[in-house]
Amino acid sequence: MLIVEDLHKSFATAQGRLPVLRGVQLQLAAGTSLALMGESGSGKSTLLHLIAGLERVDSGRILIHGQPLNGHNEAELARWRREGIGLVFQQYNLISSLNVAANLAFQARLAGRQDAQWQSHLSERLGLAPLLQRYPEQLSGGQQQRLAIGRALAARPQLVLADEPTGSLDETSSEAVLELFLELVREAGSSLLMVTHSARLAARLAHRLYLHQGRVQALED
Amino acid sequence: MNAKACWLLSLTLLLGACEETTPTPQGFAGLGQASDAFLAVTPQRTLQFPADHGAHSGYRIEWWYVTANLTDEQGRDWGAQWTLFRSALRPGADQAGWYSPNLWMGHAGLSGPFGHQVAETLARGGVGQAGVEAQPFHAWIDDWSLRSTHGSGLDHLQMQARGEGFAYHLQLDSEGPLVLHGKQGYSEKSGQGQASYYYSQPFYRVSGEIERDGQRYRVSGQAWLDREWSSQPLAAQQQGWDWFSLHLQGGAKLMLFQVRQADGEPYRAGTWIAADGQTRALSAEQIHLTPLHWSNQQTGRKVPTQWRVEVPTYQLSVEVQAIETQAWMTTRFPYWEGPVRLSGSHQGRGYLEMTGY
Amino acid sequence: MDNLRVCLLALLSHWRRHPLQFFSILVGLWLATTLWTGVQALNSQARSDYARASAVLAGPAQVQLIPRRGERIPQSAYIGLRRAGWPVSPLLEGRLRFAGEPPISVQLLGIEPLTLPAGLQVAGQSSERLDLASFLGEPGQAWIAPDTLQRLGLQAGDVALTLDGQRLPPLQLQAQLAPGVIVVDIGRAQALLHAPDQLSRLLLPGDFSAPALPPTLLDSLQLQPAADGDDLQRLTDSFHLNLTALGLLAFIVGLFIVHAAIGLALEQRRGLLRTLRACGVSLATLLGTLGLELGLLALLGGLAGVASGYLLASLLLPDVAASLRGLYGAEVAGQLSLSPLWWLTGLAISLLGALLAGASSLLRAARLPLLALAQPQAWRVAQGIWLKRQALVACALLLVAVAVWRYGDSLLAGFALLASLLLAAALLLPALLDGSLALLARLCRGPLSEWFVADSRQQLPALSLALMALLLALAASVGVGSMTEGFRQTFSGWLDQRLAAELYLAPRDGDQANAVIGWLEDQPGVEAILPQRRVELRLQGRPAQLQGIVDHPTYRQHWPLLEAQANAWDKLAAGQGVMLSEQLARHLRITLDATLQLPSETGVQQLPVVALYADYGNPKGHMLVNVDWLRQHWSQAPISNISLRVAPEQVASLKSALEQRFVLEGARLIDQQGLKSWSTQIFERTFAATAALNSLTLGVAGVALFISLLTLGQSRLSQLAPLWALGLSRPRLAWLSLAQTLMLSSLTVLLAMPLGLLLAWCLVAVVNVQAFGWRLPLHVFPVQLLQLALLGLLTSLLAAAGPLWQLARQSPADLLRQFADER
Repeated sequence: MLIVEDLHKSFATAQGRLPVLRGVQLQLAAGTSLALMGESGSGKSTLLHLIAGLERVDSGRILIHGQPLNGHNEAELARWRREGIGLVFQQYNLISSLNVAANLAFQARLAGRQDAQWQSHLSERLGLAPLLQRYPEQLSGGQQQRLAIGRALAARPQLVLADEPTGSLDETSSEAVLELFLELVREAGSSLLMVTHSARLAARLAHRLYLHQGRVQALED
Repeated sequence: MNAKACWLLSLTLLLGACEETTPTPQGFAGLGQASDAFLAVTPQRTLQFPADHGAHSGYRIEWWYVTANLTDEQGRDWGAQWTLFRSALRPGADQAGWYSPNLWMGHAGLSGPFGHQVAETLARGGVGQAGVEAQPFHAWIDDWSLRSTHGSGLDHLQMQARGEGFAYHLQLDSEGPLVLHGKQGYSEKSGQGQASYYYSQPFYRVSGEIERDGQRYRVSGQAWLDREWSSQPLAAQQQGWDWFSLHLQGGAKLMLFQVRQADGEPYRAGTWIAADGQTRALSAEQIHLTPLHWSNQQTGRKVPTQWRVEVPTYQLSVEVQAIETQAWMTTRFPYWEGPVRLSGSHQGRGYLEMTGY
Repeated sequence: MDNLRVCLLALLSHWRRHPLQFFSILVGLWLATTLWTGVQALNSQARSDYARASAVLAGPAQVQLIPRRGERIPQSAYIGLRRAGWPVSPLLEGRLRFAGEPPISVQLLGIEPLTLPAGLQVAGQSSERLDLASFLGEPGQAWIAPDTLQRLGLQAGDVALTLDGQRLPPLQLQAQLAPGVIVVDIGRAQALLHAPDQLSRLLLPGDFSAPALPPTLLDSLQLQPAADGDDLQRLTDSFHLNLTALGLLAFIVGLFIVHAAIGLALEQRRGLLRTLRACGVSLATLLGTLGLELGLLALLGGLAGVASGYLLASLLLPDVAASLRGLYGAEVAGQLSLSPLWWLTGLAISLLGALLAGASSLLRAARLPLLALAQPQAWRVAQGIWLKRQALVACALLLVAVAVWRYGDSLLAGFALLASLLLAAALLLPALLDGSLALLARLCRGPLSEWFVADSRQQLPALSLALMALLLALAASVGVGSMTEGFRQTFSGWLDQRLAAELYLAPRDGDQANAVIGWLEDQPGVEAILPQRRVELRLQGRPAQLQGIVDHPTYRQHWPLLEAQANAWDKLAAGQGVMLSEQLARHLRITLDATLQLPSETGVQQLPVVALYADYGNPKGHMLVNVDWLRQHWSQAPISNISLRVAPEQVASLKSALEQRFVLEGARLIDQQGLKSWSTQIFERTFAATAALNSLTLGVAGVALFISLLTLGQSRLSQLAPLWALGLSRPRLAWLSLAQTLMLSSLTVLLAMPLGLLLAWCLVAVVNVQAFGWRLPLHVFPVQLLQLALLGLLTSLLAAAGPLWQLARQSPADLLRQFADER
């Protein structure tokens, strides 16, 4: 469903343009998962941002079901994010003014894909059911991250993009949260693209892609 | 003599403002200026009475000046001063109304066992607030007056004034003739021709009442009236003067003054007045004046309040001692004026006036 | 010391990265200081001019002898008193007219310098120190203040010519002299005023305890004891209090800005402060540095503020001066001349304001824990507590307002009522907005609308100060606007009714009055001649005018009465009643039907109050009685005015005939239209300064909102970035944010309207009554309300537009940075 072809991206810095991605290729079939790995600065997050339409590519193509993302205008990109993908970041980026229930349902409602049963299932599984009336600031770190996962999955997006989703959690919690995350992604029928440092976490995904200095170094199945 | 106060008046009114003027190289009066079209003082003029008791428009300055040495019923010494100054802003005849060139200033002083008190008042000429009429004689400013009660000329006068905390009502009766100083009333004030017309009535017997802080005292004694007018009485180098009017026991009177010069020797002159009114003008060489003791005044100035006065021609050698050393006149133009007692070859009382300190 | 320097540099580096905040604080301080010092400049200029005026005219607490009748005293009375030992000094007053369009009228004051009471200052110098020779000699001097000289278009040393061709002595500049006054020697004044041997007043030393007047003078003179305070000062007090209140309001609004900006800067520097503490900077040094920084900012803002305050004041001064002259006859210079003290006070006010606005921030910095706690900021809990506390304070203030309204009885109480009301409303605003938003939230069906409302509630704490400022400014505009407009209507209606006669004439003296009346009786077209006699009195320490009128339908039909007994006019005509102006009745605490005691020449007279009438704009009390009754008890009461009923077609010709025949210059003869437009003009100018200050305050509130939004914009990124990531485009987010701001300010504007009307009510029913003595009906002007509401919205729209435009153009990189995933 996702094809990335010869993707280039550089950023303007005081020292001139800094190339971050130099001809990245990848493919992700529907319902599968891919771990993006590499040292800091290798371009993992940038790749994720490009796929999410948060930034524009310099050259190369990102195809979703054969449709290139490049030609989309701001509104179309916003729609792609709203309806096509679910984002889970290291910083949970919850909406502090809304309570847990509203945060959980927020994107699904934006996308017009309310599914009460699925949402209550999610909240059960994520252990958020007793916390629905609380506000993000009243949750623990793990709870907040689970809420972010729930929000990303509530609309059953085609593609889930995760950037170190458990980066702020301790090892035990992160293990448990990841387990749950992967399970729910499977249940939702979404594809998963996850940036992580952890080889152990990466091992649980179907494929692993290593980035080094903006190029694909290796692909493991 | 009382020239000082006069100069002061002119200064105050014409130049304004200098409360504590110190002698300047220009001469104390600041009147070293030319007398312009003011009438000049010449030896040819013969004094005429009673007309000359009145004001002399056309001359710049003029005064009526009475000092009285008094004794109360307890035998204590008092001194009373009554002065009216006239100063003209410009030459020419007097004019009725506010455009009159004359400004008037009254000074009253009372010295006694309880200290020295001063009052001052100012008036414009032309509107009736102050003035002098020759016949019958009447000099006034506000409610102060010096007026003839009966008889002719200045023979019988009633003198009254009051100020903050004091007042006096005195009757003055003359027992002798008018006295002309200098050459028939032409009185030189320097070797360079500065002069004034100057006559006195030194033979007053006084009785009356003084009031001090609500207390009344019956007093009696002697008084001396000075009349003087001029247009430019001081030379440029003259800084101030010391003037004595002395009643000697036995009836003789003595008037002495010195004008202190910036460049050394003071100009001195005087008149010996015998008990019958005969006068002899005294020249500088005949007069010796020596300050003996200086007193600090409230303004911080030092003034000689004890003098040795000698007139060898008349075998006079006396010490003149201020009765109240703090007789400083805190008027717009300040000076010292107070009663004195004499001891030595002659006994007596009198008044001392000092300016330019 | 070194510590302090390093610390200061570290703190100051913040501003390099946040120039906007720096700018905000400066702007806040600058505006606050500008408006406050501007108003203070106007007040202190006017007050020092009053002081100058009273110094030259009477001196503080001056005892004087004034004529019992007419305006003049014969000079013989002066001489008589001096010869009786009274230390009186003569004074002659009058007016001179000089060429100009319209002719310039200046007060001429003749003094006698030799007898002036000791210690009395003339043009700032004691009378003992005058240059008598120049003043009294030839050609003499005419003292004049610089601004008067400028008005006449002359130079120092020039010889001024009056309209009737008289020459003044050469003009001599006296910086300390009151404006609008020329001082000459009394002799010259008598000549210039054609008043030989005439005087106006006799001054006595302040400490003089006067004995009984000589019997011969008892008839013509009366001793006027030192007034218990300066009339001019007191009459104009309310005018200045109004200005001060407006200035204070603006100052507070300005401080809102400063408070917000300083608070934000502290929040953003929490980390820096912790680091500094961790590196060994003592708390005292840190606080000292923060204080120093605040002081520097205050100094900068204060300097700018004082300078522009001066500018503002000089722009407003002409209007203020004109209205003071028109209303109270007070001469105020057209130029500012302020003492160094004023400048220093301005700076001090700025420092004080900055300290006030920054105090809470400094306190928070002092309490800042050394170790950062990773606790999420519990804003919701904090906000709840905060709202509750504010609401409680607001309720307490409302109670105060009610208490002041019930029991207060002074102008100060009136302003206390206004202040507590405004403050209560401002403090309640966040709670009210929060409540409205909570209500709104229930209606929301949709993720975006829910977010929209919820997020707006979250923004409230940050925006509430700015919104309060908007509320206050707008409410003040509505209140003052309603009052002004209402007053305008009432006033012009009242003028139309009261000015029924066609011509109004103020004769120079009794002889002229008789001559004019005699001549008029033979003129065709004159339907009625209505002479009025007037006596100036003091009732309970206040100046009051007693006016005697003839019985005529002109009064019965046109003189508007507020309350009246039956047959009030008949009783007045019969000399069995007196009518009182509203403000006098209030001052004397007298109502209809009560009995008024009037101290007359023939003893105390008692008259029942048969009616009350409005007498807008008259700072003195006013009474109407029958003219015959008046003459019985004040045998010498002069004819002060003559009103003429004239056939309309004859007005112009009669007026010019009167002018020519009796040489009645400008203000002495005026037709109905002229009088109306003159009155209206004074009215307009009186409120010009008010209106200008008001709109400036609104502007300041707009700036406050702008700056709040701008600073909020920075912190809002982290709120908006997730939404963007979740699929909302940047323009859409910007529009939503704009809508949020507009919603909040619309709610505020909505709340400001009733608050403004309440304010208007307080102004007309409480403050006006206390300040001027008259109560106006409350008018509501829907169009004006709508205009102001739109103006408020426009202000907030403009304020929101800038920050939002920035947001819409925010680069994705800035938004991405909020995700901080590669940290």
